[in-house]
Amino acid sequence: MSTHTEGSVRPEDYLLPSSQPVQLIDTAGTVTTDPGYKERYELPSAAELLHGYEQLVVGRRVNDQASALVRQGRMAVYPSSHGQEACQVAAALCLAEGDWLFPTYRDTVAVMARGVDPVEVMELLRGSWHSGYDPYEHNVATQSTPLATQLLHAVGVAHAAKLKGEDTVVVALCGDGATSEGDFHEALNFAAVFHVPVVFFVQNNQYAISVPLIHQSVAPSLAHKAIGYGMPGERVDGNDLAALLAVLAHAVGRARDGGGPSLIEAHTYRMQSHTNADDASRYRADDEVKQWVPRDPLLRLKSYLSGAGLLAAEEEQRITAEAERVAAVLRDGLNAEVQVDPQDLFRFVYSQPTPQLREQAAMLHEELSREATSSEGAQP
Amino acid sequence: MTTTSDQTRQGGAPAAGDRQVQPAGAGEAQPATPSGTSGGPSGTVSLTFAKALTYAMEDALAADASVVVFGEDVGTLGGVFRITDGLTKRFGEERCFDTPLAESGIMGMAVGMAMNGMRPVVEMQFDAFAYPAFEQVVSHVAKMPNRTKGRVKLPLVIRIPYAGGIGGVEHHCDSSEAYYVHTPGLTVLAPATVADAYTMLRDAIACPDPVVFLEPKKLYFSKEQVDLDALRARYASKAAGGGPQQPASSIGKAVIARAGTDATLIAYGPSVPTALAAAEAAALEGRSLQVIDVRSLVPFDDETVCAAVRGTGRAVVIAEAPGFASVAAEIVARVQERCFHSLAAPVRRVTGFDIPYPAPKLEHHYLPGVDRILDVVDELQWEDQ
Repeated sequence: MSTHTEGSVRPEDYLLPSSQPVQLIDTAGTVTTDPGYKERYELPSAAELLHGYEQLVVGRRVNDQASALVRQGRMAVYPSSHGQEACQVAAALCLAEGDWLFPTYRDTVAVMARGVDPVEVMELLRGSWHSGYDPYEHNVATQSTPLATQLLHAVGVAHAAKLKGEDTVVVALCGDGATSEGDFHEALNFAAVFHVPVVFFVQNNQYAISVPLIHQSVAPSLAHKAIGYGMPGERVDGNDLAALLAVLAHAVGRARDGGGPSLIEAHTYRMQSHTNADDASRYRADDEVKQWVPRDPLLRLKSYLSGAGLLAAEEEQRITAEAERVAAVLRDGLNAEVQVDPQDLFRFVYSQPTPQLREQAAMLHEELSREATSSEGAQP
Repeated sequence: MTTTSDQTRQGGAPAAGDRQVQPAGAGEAQPATPSGTSGGPSGTVSLTFAKALTYAMEDALAADASVVVFGEDVGTLGGVFRITDGLTKRFGEERCFDTPLAESGIMGMAVGMAMNGMRPVVEMQFDAFAYPAFEQVVSHVAKMPNRTKGRVKLPLVIRIPYAGGIGGVEHHCDSSEAYYVHTPGLTVLAPATVADAYTMLRDAIACPDPVVFLEPKKLYFSKEQVDLDALRARYASKAAGGGPQQPASSIGKAVIARAGTDATLIAYGPSVPTALAAAEAAALEGRSLQVIDVRSLVPFDDETVCAAVRGTGRAVVIAEAPGFASVAAEIVARVQERCFHSLAAPVRRVTGFDIPYPAPKLEHHYLPGVDRILDVVDELQWEDQ
């Protein structure tokens, strides 16, 4: 803790982030000593870390399986969070039942870790509908591609919960690029002014497609932006699941206790291209990527758990089997031909289709009936 | 086709949505009256368009605890046009509140609140000040219900003081309806009478879908005698649980504002009084002009409009917005496609010019006026009769 005279707490003391990103387990898998972070962050329990590790392994498998399915033509595109799985898993695990998660398009692993059906999640990316799951089933908002717009929806959900007297907490995800959007600013400001329980969790993976962070912001860190809105900021090693769980738990608990919003920046790295349609070699050197390989979130936690004697061989086999099971669910679901109903085009635009939409639905129906009749006629 | 627009939407206009809520503390501070109506005047009264809007929100706030009103200056001040006057005082700052000055923030927060059981009614202070919220409106307000196959409903109302004729400076007089009607998923309303100001705003708040509610600024202080009790009575039955006979919503339903036999003037919002004035002037010259008040731009009431035009055989569409690719252009196209064999002349338009909205000392040249309308009526090939 920074020292200050009794009775003279300055806003800087609790709004600025710690002087370095919070890390509880280093890249070698060793527990670090607290260099004086602004809060006391406890190492999560062995059970929490073991459960988190399982989710990391599943998440990595999901990322790699999804990328493979794109190569096989089963999905249109997949923005992989390979290398960011610790952030993904922590964002899901820090929430209680009834809390809300607002993900981006790169947060598929977090959405699944929250319990959403893997094949339903992929409807967006396989192209059968713009969103495939019921947001109310697990309180997970839709993934969509406009940047930072969902942060305001998160503020609205939290504001409604507060008015209703519910103790819901909302975790809202975005990337480093999205911090340049106006809606990022408006969301943080609204959340602070209305003092609502939102934790803004920025995965700073260093790139917005091709543009490195230095072209987004010259702030000391993205977490420093928090003080401008009057909320606490914190930065955390985004590849250290233990630190992420501790920092997010603190922020979520604070929000739930009426302490208002906060901003957390996780330092991580997008190990692969923006999507399968991107070529990262056009804008970053292999050497840079290689520096992040030893910082891998799975390796680190595995080293810690193994070193502490917490990861028995049969446990690891079970986890691997679980990851394979989820991958098989994805493969089976996406290899099956998806059924789409053309009349769905008109069903959900309004609660009751307008007369004009009913006419257009009838027109399409007639077109399809004609096609079906003529193709039947063409049969020998 | 026997389906009317009433039937189209009435089923979707309950007094509250699936996820209706009771905000903490709302109940004891402001109990809803059994009828769901408010204090204030009753019976037949002389009422401004502005006050009718205020009463609509006041009654909706009293009837449904999930309704919240917010925007810039709508709290203590009561809005720059005083449309939310007294709402914070009566219902408290949880139900009607000021926001930071950021329209995208207002709209995005409304989306989230609607997702979580509320019925937000937000005010965009002026037509052109709604543009910062455009991404939220187009990419989320309009698309979220469809994106989620109807699982997420967004019962929210975007109130926009709009259009000109008030001597306003730049950015205060835009007719921005084309942007919204071109966005599937939005319901777009433009009332023109005091009674409709009340009724259509109540219907908008009750609608399960997002509504863009365009309030013609120049009509805010126009007065009419209206029977407030009768207007309120329709919604009182809903608040009491309703009967099997839900009243028909005004959404999707055009009305005949003036009977006439020679030609049909089709207008909405601020151009309705202009059309009525033109019909009055034409009557003095012995020509009987019918006036249709479209009211609901989306859904559009093809049935009422086309039946009217088939009756007269001639039509002129009147709107303030620039005519190119406009609502007026769409109405002309729809009428021509559907009424071709009943028409004695091409369907014409009288609209604003295709220019940025002019400065106050020039706006009278821009706005569709009685003379310009009657000149176009004169050109409807009467000599062929």
